[in-house]
Amino acid sequence: MSRGVGVSLQDVWIKFGDFVAVREANVDIQGGAFFSFLGPSGCGKTTILRSVSGFLDPSQGKIIIGGNDMAGIGPNKRPTALIFQNLALFPLMKVWENIAFSLEVKGVGTAARRKRADELLDMIALTGQGDKLPSELSGGQKQRVAIARALCAEPDVLLLDEPLSALDLKLRQHMRTELREIQQRVGITFIYITHDQSEALTMSDHVAVMKAGVIDQISDGQTIYDDPSTPFVASFVGENNVFRGKVKSIDGDKALISTNRSGDLLSRIPLSAKGTLGVGDDAMMFIRPEALSIAKDDAAANNHVTALVLNEEFEGQTFNVFLEGDGGKEMKMSLVNQGKARESAKGSSLTLEYAPDQAIVLPAGELASE
Amino acid sequence: MNISAAFKRFFNRNGLGLGSFLLIAVGFWLIVLIILPQLSMLDFSFRHHLPPPEMGGPKDTYTLEHYKYLALGAQGADQSYNVVDLGVFVRTLVAAFFVTIFDLLLCYPLAYYLGQASGSGYTRILVLFLIIPYWVNEILRAFAFRIIFGDSGVINELLLAMGLVDNPVDFIRDNVALYSGLGYAYILLMIFPMYNVIESLDRNQIEAARDMGAPWWRIHWRIVIPYAKPGISSGCTMVFMLSAGALAAPQILGGPSSLWFTQIIYQWFNQGGNWPRGAAYAIVLLSVCILIVLSAMRLFKVRMGDIGK
Ligand SMILES: Nc1ncnc2c1ncn2[C@@H]1O[C@H](COP(=O)(O)OP(=O)(O)OP(=O)(O)O)[C@@H](O)[C@H]1O
Ligand SMILES: [Mg+2]
Repeated sequence: MSRGVGVSLQDVWIKFGDFVAVREANVDIQGGAFFSFLGPSGCGKTTILRSVSGFLDPSQGKIIIGGNDMAGIGPNKRPTALIFQNLALFPLMKVWENIAFSLEVKGVGTAARRKRADELLDMIALTGQGDKLPSELSGGQKQRVAIARALCAEPDVLLLDEPLSALDLKLRQHMRTELREIQQRVGITFIYITHDQSEALTMSDHVAVMKAGVIDQISDGQTIYDDPSTPFVASFVGENNVFRGKVKSIDGDKALISTNRSGDLLSRIPLSAKGTLGVGDDAMMFIRPEALSIAKDDAAANNHVTALVLNEEFEGQTFNVFLEGDGGKEMKMSLVNQGKARESAKGSSLTLEYAPDQAIVLPAGELASE
Repeated sequence: MNISAAFKRFFNRNGLGLGSFLLIAVGFWLIVLIILPQLSMLDFSFRHHLPPPEMGGPKDTYTLEHYKYLALGAQGADQSYNVVDLGVFVRTLVAAFFVTIFDLLLCYPLAYYLGQASGSGYTRILVLFLIIPYWVNEILRAFAFRIIFGDSGVINELLLAMGLVDNPVDFIRDNVALYSGLGYAYILLMIFPMYNVIESLDRNQIEAARDMGAPWWRIHWRIVIPYAKPGISSGCTMVFMLSAGALAAPQILGGPSSLWFTQIIYQWFNQGGNWPRGAAYAIVLLSVCILIVLSAMRLFKVRMGDIGK
């Protein structure tokens, strides 16, 4: 099977009439990588994928696959295979005919096609199910058939458009691992689309986070989570407590933020905000729920926040504590369940602390709305 | 499930009022308007052609005489078969077959375009343009065709003006006018069943096939046509049945030398006043048409239930 080839988008713009669906996308995807586009519904993910697979021409910019400019090359001539959001299996063809369709197109004889389909059926653990119709399979099995059908074409790049969104949670988690395994086995480039952040973070080598047609950040999952480059990424990927305010002082990679409601708080300046953030600027500070904990003492400090416990939620490995700070500021804290019985602190006042390294400050900007 | 339980469920689902209305309306339609008239036709076809006073008399017995006549002709004729009527019969069926094929070839791309390629308000306007001509009644449309295809009609004028022909082409004698008229008359019946099915085909399937390298013809052959088969067979069945049974178009547009089988039936009923013979001819036409449609369905593996789609 062919090794993965790189894909790059160079200054790609895609417009529908006056509407700009994708704005100035610059992406470099290495051969053999698992690359995800992550973003809320309607942000242009499918549009990007369709332009890579050739169903859509960018209004401007270049799409390069394996070093070749794809301009003017139709979807049937590109070394890509697309797995559709709704799978789009052919309902009237048997499973094995579905899988071997790309071989049929190439004029391969029936026996050879059947043989290859059976090999792929073995790979997706559906041995002996080739003579069924797609409608006779379960959701997860259809999913795997769609993957096998795409792989049968021996593409250099596999494009997946939210292929797991229709599955239930258990199956989705199972298919995540399976997809990742398949990707590592065949070694081709996967471009994966999702609006589910944990899906993107668990599977991908790199993630591009999109907002309304614009790519905000491209990084590995951990960087996206720990060092988001915009308030949008910080609030879209994972949960975050946001504190608005102004920069009071800067000292090395730490800044003191005078927040609107919670006093002065100390925070780390991530790499992406270094140099762009000056004293007096509007800023947003982010603290993850799991970075908050109950302070050992109640003294006022620039890493302490006081708040009232509104509610507690037990979630298995964590307790989620919902709090209200000064001025009605809502916050969330996640504590690891230590197994000991906890008495509910509902209604009590707490002092929370955090390690300033785990808080980040960014120039104020748009947040992801839930 | 036994019948009384089925009735109970039917009434529970639809309520007593609506349930009885449905039952009575469908029953009336089926029994009074379809089955009874056809049965009386069938009965007629097996009776002698008698003057009214002798009806119900001793001479009024069942006979195969009219079916024999269609097959063998008048007793003592030169030929051993009824060459004229059988010839017309076969020619009618063959012509209806070609009208069907012609309509299919013409309408499939249209239905595909309407159902898949566009999908905006633009489609609705196109459909409207297709429907509006059918507000004009059939006879008027047929005569309009006669005028267009006539010796001094638009088409001949055009051909003459462009110097493509020296003398007007006799479209009527060559049956061009008839076939065009018939084809045109049933276009909608071909388009709509296909359009309905094709419209429900998931676009992604077509794109998936294209993504896997399939050229357009294979996409149609492997994806669209199999999917549209119920619509195609339903359209073909209607067009074939109706062209084989058409009367107005052949009367008005047919050439002098070519008779349509329905015209012979009409003559027996009307000019000949021989209702039993007309009935026998009509029954033969109907049965053979049904037989052809059923064998075609069998050949293309279409199930009866699919036709209703
Ligand atoms: N053919 C089109 N014509 C006009 N606008 C379009 C077209 N296709 C997509 N859009 C618009 O482009 C934007 C991006 O659409 P896209 O399908 O790429 O979203 P997405 O990120 O895949 O969303 P989802 O997660 O819901 O699938 C949307 O606002 C959509 O309305
Ligand atoms: Mg999408």
